[in-house]
Amino acid sequence: MGLKNLGRTSRKNLVTYLIAVLAFVILEGMVLTGNISNMLEGQLVPICAYVIAAVSLNLTVGILGELSLGHAGFMSVGAFAGALFSVSMEDTITVTWLRFVLALIIGAVAAGAMGVLIGIPVLRLQGDYLAIVTLAFGEIIKNVLNAVYLGVDENGLHFSMKDSIALGLSENGKVLIKGAQGIVGTPRDSTFIWGFALVMLTLFIVLNLIKSRTGRAVMSIRDNRIAAESVGINITKYKMIAFSLSAALAGVAGVLYAHSFSSLVASKFDYNLSIQILVFVVLGGIGSIRGSMIAAAVLTVLPEMLRSFSEYRMLVYAIVLIVMMIFNQSPKMVEWRKRVFAGRLKGAGHNAAKKGGA
Amino acid sequence: MQFISYLINGISLGSVYAIIALGYTMVYGIAKMLNFAHGDVIMVGGYMVFIFMVNLGLPAIVSIVLAMAVCTVLGIVIETVAYRPLRGAPSLAVLITAIGVSYLLQNLALLIWGSTPKSFTSVVNMEPLRLAGGQLVITGESIVTIGVCIVVMVGLSLFINRTRMGRAMLAVSEDKGAAQLMGVNVNGTIMLTFAIGSALAAVAGALLCSSYPMLLPTTGSMPGIKAFVAAVFGGIGSVPGAMLGGILLGIIETLSKAYISTQLSDAIVFSVLIIVLLVKPTGILGKKISEKV
Repeated sequence: MGLKNLGRTSRKNLVTYLIAVLAFVILEGMVLTGNISNMLEGQLVPICAYVIAAVSLNLTVGILGELSLGHAGFMSVGAFAGALFSVSMEDTITVTWLRFVLALIIGAVAAGAMGVLIGIPVLRLQGDYLAIVTLAFGEIIKNVLNAVYLGVDENGLHFSMKDSIALGLSENGKVLIKGAQGIVGTPRDSTFIWGFALVMLTLFIVLNLIKSRTGRAVMSIRDNRIAAESVGINITKYKMIAFSLSAALAGVAGVLYAHSFSSLVASKFDYNLSIQILVFVVLGGIGSIRGSMIAAAVLTVLPEMLRSFSEYRMLVYAIVLIVMMIFNQSPKMVEWRKRVFAGRLKGAGHNAAKKGGA
Repeated sequence: MQFISYLINGISLGSVYAIIALGYTMVYGIAKMLNFAHGDVIMVGGYMVFIFMVNLGLPAIVSIVLAMAVCTVLGIVIETVAYRPLRGAPSLAVLITAIGVSYLLQNLALLIWGSTPKSFTSVVNMEPLRLAGGQLVITGESIVTIGVCIVVMVGLSLFINRTRMGRAMLAVSEDKGAAQLMGVNVNGTIMLTFAIGSALAAVAGALLCSSYPMLLPTTGSMPGIKAFVAAVFGGIGSVPGAMLGGILLGIIETLSKAYISTQLSDAIVFSVLIIVLLVKPTGILGKKISEKV
């Protein structure tokens, strides 16, 4: 079967995969030949984690059409669940890849379950309310994880919200989560190859979901909720599928991130990180999976390379957000662009602009 | 006795939330948008009062009035430049723009004033009130904050219900198109709403920093979000609701800090939001809005 026989979407998706593979080959080549700065090499796994997070957030923002401001919260659930598993199983399971795969599954399931739990109240709401509730959930998760102490000894698990002494561990006991200090001593199991594989897996899941019947149902809810409901689409079910899948993938990103550093703190996954991921999504184009991937990678690497510029990074992000929104979504600008480009412009951001507010 | 003192602290904190929540609720009622940058206008107000009072040595009242003027202008500029072009755009776009504005203000403040916290001098110069033989001490800040909150609340209610401009605001919040047909200047009214909200934010900033004298570029964001929770709690779009929600939220926060856990108090406050939205999504005093197809 030739390339021409593929549909338009399939060809577009193929390009997305190819970009990811190409970036991986170039970067891995640089690593193998030693032509890479230490700084960039240290950033490779976090970049993959950010790409996964951005692609998964785009599932909520671009495909489902709802703004989530608590994406970092799901990452943190995944990160803590995965890291907790790896720390406690470090001596039991010595096969690194097996331990990491299990950690990934546990992280994804934990974050996905949290997504379902949060989705039940949240998905009844829309628009601004949904945004603020996801923000609230992100903060709750951060605050609770910051206050949790968990230890283990021969009598089993000990749990406290006070401090590590209150755990009452025996002499052989081991503190697993130390409140605000988080989890220390996570085995550094994630490698760039793992990161790349997970990026590909995420792309595969999300791109196929969009193309499927389920994906079309989700997008129809985004475009016109009432019309979708009237043709028999179960709004809650499809919203829940998209939202919890997005959460589970964020969990995967969290596990990947957690295993590239030896210590993990909850305060890393704050509101700022959620916004940063949102910036990746908006800059890459809402609804464009390829755009999210590229934006996440470029925007993580660029500030690292332009150190002197880093002071202004967040400022520039903010301006970019505002300008992009006004340029893409302002009714007057949309009209103006239509006149000037006369239908030539049909970017992904424009498609998302048609989202009908109910 | 200790409980009463916590309660008064809670009401005082809640009064600040109420003043901030008024800004949110008015803008939400009229422009149907969540102005994420409102919390950061509070921060700008705080810095302005700091500059006028500490750096220029002006009296507290004058500093607050000047800060209100600066914030009013800021509010109008934000509305005109960032939000007005997006009127009629999907709510997702407006929301992301508002987040962008919030981030812009925070990072501008960071560049201008740096990340070292400034210790704020209280705008209130008043002896604490001692009751019950010195067992119950009410700080001057608490008294002034609660007093200001009551004055703002009464003043705003009178303004909205009794003046032409206030009634225009009510008309726009009810139906923008119909209001325009009746000769109401819709853009002007929305701008006025932003102006009032931002001026109140400056007052809130001065009061907040007087009670918690640490001024940072991020000072406004958490109280801003909590005030939004308060606005939702009381019923968004309703002025008395914002007041009630703010005070209740302040009490809940102070009491959970005192009796449950300092670390978890924020989590408890946000849980209130989720419970409210689950049980009564329109808030305590909110009206039910039926959805039109």
